[in-house]
Amino acid sequence: MNQPAPLPLAESLLDAPLPAGGPAWLDAARREHRAAFAASGLPDTRIEAWKYTALRGLAQRRFADGDAAAATREVDAAAFALPGVDGPRLVFVNGAFRADLSALDALPAGVSLQPLSQALRGDAEPLRFALSRAALVGHGREAGDAFAQINAARAVDGVVLRVAAHTRSAAPVQLVFVGTAADAETAWHVRNVIELGEGAELDLIEQHAGLGEQAQLATLVSDIELRDNACLRHVVLQDAAAGANLIRRSGLRLHARAQATLHVLELGGALVRHDLRAELVGDGAQFHTRGVFMPHGRQHIDTQLAIRHQALDTTSSSHWRGVAGDRARGVFRGAIVVAPGADGSDANLSNKNLLLSSGAEIDTKPELEIYADEVKAAHGATVGQLDERSLFYLRSRGIPLGEARALLTAAFCRAMLDDLPNAALREHLSGLLISQLPA
Amino acid sequence: MLKIENLHARVEGKEILKGLSLTVNAGEVHAIMGPNGAGKSTLGNVLSGREGYEVTAGTVTYGGIDLLQLSPEARAAAGVFLAFQYPVEIPGVNNTYFLRAALNAQRKQRGEKELDSMQFLKLVREKLKVMQISDELLHRAVNEGFSGGEKKRNEIFQMAVLEPRLAILDETDSGLDIDALKQVAQGVNTLRSPDRAFLMITHYQRLLDYVVPDFVHVLAGGRIVESGDKSLALKLEQHGYAGIGQSHPAGAVA
Repeated sequence: MNQPAPLPLAESLLDAPLPAGGPAWLDAARREHRAAFAASGLPDTRIEAWKYTALRGLAQRRFADGDAAAATREVDAAAFALPGVDGPRLVFVNGAFRADLSALDALPAGVSLQPLSQALRGDAEPLRFALSRAALVGHGREAGDAFAQINAARAVDGVVLRVAAHTRSAAPVQLVFVGTAADAETAWHVRNVIELGEGAELDLIEQHAGLGEQAQLATLVSDIELRDNACLRHVVLQDAAAGANLIRRSGLRLHARAQATLHVLELGGALVRHDLRAELVGDGAQFHTRGVFMPHGRQHIDTQLAIRHQALDTTSSSHWRGVAGDRARGVFRGAIVVAPGADGSDANLSNKNLLLSSGAEIDTKPELEIYADEVKAAHGATVGQLDERSLFYLRSRGIPLGEARALLTAAFCRAMLDDLPNAALREHLSGLLISQLPA
Repeated sequence: MLKIENLHARVEGKEILKGLSLTVNAGEVHAIMGPNGAGKSTLGNVLSGREGYEVTAGTVTYGGIDLLQLSPEARAAAGVFLAFQYPVEIPGVNNTYFLRAALNAQRKQRGEKELDSMQFLKLVREKLKVMQISDELLHRAVNEGFSGGEKKRNEIFQMAVLEPRLAILDETDSGLDIDALKQVAQGVNTLRSPDRAFLMITHYQRLLDYVVPDFVHVLAGGRIVESGDKSLALKLEQHGYAGIGQSHPAGAVA
């Protein structure tokens, strides 16, 4: 076979001129990452991590590079308002920072929060290490990482958030990424760099919002570093526009006794992919995730969770539930590695799924690799339907079939939010889950 | 109120009810007794519309309508209530939320105005008092982690709130200690009224000491083989079901 012609998507991502005028090291890094993307191309289903997420349709599309009018696109702030959340906020529209929608006046002492575009105009040196690589966790040349490479080549905005050592941020910090219709089908890229200093504590809310059927491609790469004894409570609400192709990569690195708890809701988008990777590099680090993915219609939502226990007495627990309706597809891969020397680690992973229609599909794959001693590890995955006995019980009390199904499905998902401390937010998110269910 | 004629029903291809006939009038309490496997629970499930129970012949008329045509939820809205032998645990669904959803769904189907949370709470408080049930049950998920007795009491409590016209109690007495049994019986007695009928399916005569039935029927081999007043239950207690089945071949009674 001859070399296949480059796919339209890859071509459109390569052809647009790279952002320039940054520090020399950054411009050089952009060129390198673009070259790496050109060499590797888009991942296909022969790569294990992309086995269930075919990019055939997406690969045939072309996207304009960025939205020149992003600064003036009209966005209703009510679309991302959350009850129980009123603190510092950064809002991005089609990948560009929007000061008019953001709130930076309420920043507590010790918390530094600014858009990447602004940070690069000042002293960019502190970002050099982060931005020279495609991602904090994992390696740029790793198979299937093409989107992280193109993100590293093209991202001009994002979040730079630092919490100084021993600082507790009382109000949650809200990060909002809105995708909205542009003049053409657009690709945009966001790069976030977040660091919690020693003993720092932060509540973080990350939202992906938007409206409209217009196709978009967004890549978001987030590096989150937790120094010793730092504590992060992170809620991710992905309710992107119906036309959004949303490819995210979140990499967390946890140092000694650091703790991160993530609650993730994946509701929106057309094709959604989230690579969530955590490296527990310090003794006693703890990483907990609870997640719900709920594709319906023709949505495709793929979560790839990878946790590496690399130090003594590290703990991870991951409980995820998926509900797929109509002709939707959900994918979940949970891979846990307990590296040599990570003795005394405790890893727990479960993924339970419900199929609401015969045309829906969920592919789930828990993986466990253990190379250490005295490790406690458990994992399990199920795919099933609603319990007939429970359905009949509800119906026998007068609750119509559709409502009974919704009630049971909501209960199934809501369990993942039970330990969310912010009650107003928890109720709001449960409401979103219920509204997502077929009536 | 309820007229069952020549009812035949199959479960998983096996015929369980074989020509059962029974008439229940408003205000009456009927006890259905019989040995294991006679079809007692099948009768309750067929009447409440459980899937997997196939009616192959016969009719069930309830308040002048063909009950078998209705979905389970429509039967509930029409006033049919089944107290389950094994109430299902539903984690994540709060008991109060569930009961309000059920009551309002029924009211909606009947074209009545739904109750708001204040009105509902008031109703629930009244019923708790009458049923002598602790309100602690309300705050838990439906039947989750309930003891056997709590589950059965919760069934009776739901019945009190939903105020059915025809209540079918499927072995509600089984697995209860004497105190719980008395409590359940007291709940049922409180709900007895001239326009409400009860069908109590039971294996033992014990419940009938506390809820005195107007009629007792013996169900054996898929049909009613003998009917009488409460003295029939005492006779059964003394002589067992074996004697009844033999001395009254099913065909002779139907």
